Amino acid sequence: MEKENFTISVYTENNIGLLNRISAIFLKRHINLDSMTASQSEIKDVFRFTIAVKVTEEQVKKIVGQIEKQIEVIKAFYHKEEDIIYQETALFKVDSKLLFEERQIQNVIKNSNANIVTVTPEFFVIEKTGRRREVEALYCKLEPYGLMQFVRSGRIAVTKDKMDISKILESFGEEAV
Amino acid sequence: MEIQTQTIKKETKVATKRMTGAEAVIRCLLAEGVDLIYGYPGGAIMPVYDELYKFQDQLHHVLTRHEQGATHAAQGYARASGKVGVAVATSGPGATNFVTGIADAQIDSTPMVCITGQVGSHLLGSDAFQETDIIGISTPITKWNHQVTKAEDIPTVLAKAFYIAKSGRPGPVLIDITKDAQFGELDFAYEKCKGIRSYLPVPETNPESIKEAAELINNAKKPMIVFGQGVILGEAEEELKSFIEKSGIPSAWTILGLSALPTAHPLNVGMVGMHGNYGPNKLTNECDVLLAIGMRFDDRVTGNLETYAKQAKVVHFEIDPAEVDKNVKADVAVMGNVKNTLAQMLPLIQPNSYDAWLQEFKDYDKIEFEKVIKEELYPSKEGLSMGEVLRGINEETKGDAIIVSDVGQHQMIACRYAEFNKTKSNVTSGGLGTMGFALPAAIGAKMGAPEREVVTIIGDGGYQMTIQELGTIFQTRVPVKIVVLNNDFLGMVRQWQQLFFDKRYASTEMVNPDFITIAKGYHIKAKRVTKREDLQEAISEMIASDQPYFLEVCVEKENNVFPMIPTGASVSDIRLE
Repeated sequence: MEKENFTISVYTENNIGLLNRISAIFLKRHINLDSMTASQSEIKDVFRFTIAVKVTEEQVKKIVGQIEKQIEVIKAFYHKEEDIIYQETALFKVDSKLLFEERQIQNVIKNSNANIVTVTPEFFVIEKTGRRREVEALYCKLEPYGLMQFVRSGRIAVTKDKMDISKILESFGEEAV
Repeated sequence: MEIQTQTIKKETKVATKRMTGAEAVIRCLLAEGVDLIYGYPGGAIMPVYDELYKFQDQLHHVLTRHEQGATHAAQGYARASGKVGVAVATSGPGATNFVTGIADAQIDSTPMVCITGQVGSHLLGSDAFQETDIIGISTPITKWNHQVTKAEDIPTVLAKAFYIAKSGRPGPVLIDITKDAQFGELDFAYEKCKGIRSYLPVPETNPESIKEAAELINNAKKPMIVFGQGVILGEAEEELKSFIEKSGIPSAWTILGLSALPTAHPLNVGMVGMHGNYGPNKLTNECDVLLAIGMRFDDRVTGNLETYAKQAKVVHFEIDPAEVDKNVKADVAVMGNVKNTLAQMLPLIQPNSYDAWLQEFKDYDKIEFEKVIKEELYPSKEGLSMGEVLRGINEETKGDAIIVSDVGQHQMIACRYAEFNKTKSNVTSGGLGTMGFALPAAIGAKMGAPEREVVTIIGDGGYQMTIQELGTIFQTRVPVKIVVLNNDFLGMVRQWQQLFFDKRYASTEMVNPDFITIAKGYHIKAKRVTKREDLQEAISEMIASDQPYFLEVCVEKENNVFPMIPTGASVSDIRLE
């Protein structure tokens, strides 16, 4: 079976230690994560992990099974690329001199739909949100000018279809204390 | 951090009482029906021990000689009684000594609650004396774990701990309690946990899956059952027996399923797996329907998965969704507790018998008897065999004893040859293969089932890994019967060295101490047998004793356990020599 990019959505209680428990499932199988982000979900007190990983579908099924087995995991899903809308955000810190000396850089920013989020006499910061290849394209264009800093976030994603989670979560409202 | 996990409960007014966290720990244990715990005191758990002193008439504490012993004793207790085993230790080394027992309980699905003391919460992360991150360490080997830093959280967390340990597929839970939480005060009220919103212990059974499974079974020509510990954990022994008897299906067991069906049952065809019986292994690759009941297709059971039961339709009766399709793809997965699913299956199953098919098992039995079993049970050689010791024990116990085995050759011999009439009678470290398990586990098993005879079979290697628990036996006078099968070798490793490493016996020969003198040092009655003619009388004397008893049997040094499926080979390539 071919390896593919999968995105895993995990709905959990907001518990200390759960991140460890989830990452241990990957560690045990010697699987490297492309990224992992955690945040509040659409439901109060319910957290959502978004994990990007390149594995076979058979592997991802088993991983999701193991994740879901953890006591404080409410539900876990895996998605293929075509099932989701996903984005990453990158920040580029660039020397301010370049804005004036290298006129071309202004066009690069404009053409890539990036935003300048701050400008100081010493540096300016460009933010780019998009798919990985869009972020990478901008990186390739800016890199030759010299980057003072570069950072990219993990993937965040929402699914095109409704996830079964909604009903489970709605029922929590009534039962939980 | 607040405890955010939401417990499902109806709001009720409960009278509260002001007390310390340490007293609350004891009262929680009592509320859960615990009357016996295993442990070892130390700095960070002293407030709890101080309360234990006050409650000693209600809660008996067994002081093991090492924290690992406390976990294995709790496991033995749980396995023999069906109740949750409890072990207590201090922080740092006390907690890390729990690790092996916790890992063992996790892989063998044993319900256990481990309580560890922790340094004061103001010291967390400061590398304080005896501080260790036991939550981090135990995360991958616990069903759940949690650190308590506030006294008022103790009742809810312990209620959850017991609920999680015992429900669904059982497992170990570790609760780490900081010293200030033990000293701190709370208004105590205890309510048992009835549910956790993110946790479904027993998955729903799809009625369609029951119908599909019944249809496969009713149309099968050569069906075979392999049952595992799920039957014992689900207390489904009667349901299994009715199912087997009505369906007439030959039934084999995994090492942890052993004793769920009496050895003498006419449809009991023996053990599957690496050192299992010839017939069930061979015929796994000939059956047309394989019914896996409460078992998880461990690699020691399946051998090479590429050639495992490929011809068969597989019906998997399973409580843990993560086990379905993990190793072997199921054609039908029947989710739920096997106690319920087997009962639901029963009316849909047509009464049947498979005489010709069952005869195939018997034919293989004959071959195995001639090539392996005869010499093991009735050796022609001068040296004593492990098998004849088991035969001698069977004769004295009549199959009514609990047999606690350690790990290695003697374990395989014990599981192959011990006879069982009753369930919960085989206590052994299956998944983790923990040498040193048996001696402390036997202590727990005897305390968990005091009315039953408990015989532990241990090798000379494993015995010395937890030999200090003789001290626990001495102090408590718990009447366990200890049989050490001494071949002066780490026998199983030596066997592999002989078969697969050209007899290069690297570090497997043991220079052993005088075990009799050691036992006598603990005032345990001890006897050594070196000759066949003395064996039965010694076993008889041991079983008749109402005291702890140590019996060393010096067996043939270089005997091997057969049959054997070499690692990576197919179950049908099982070797008889």
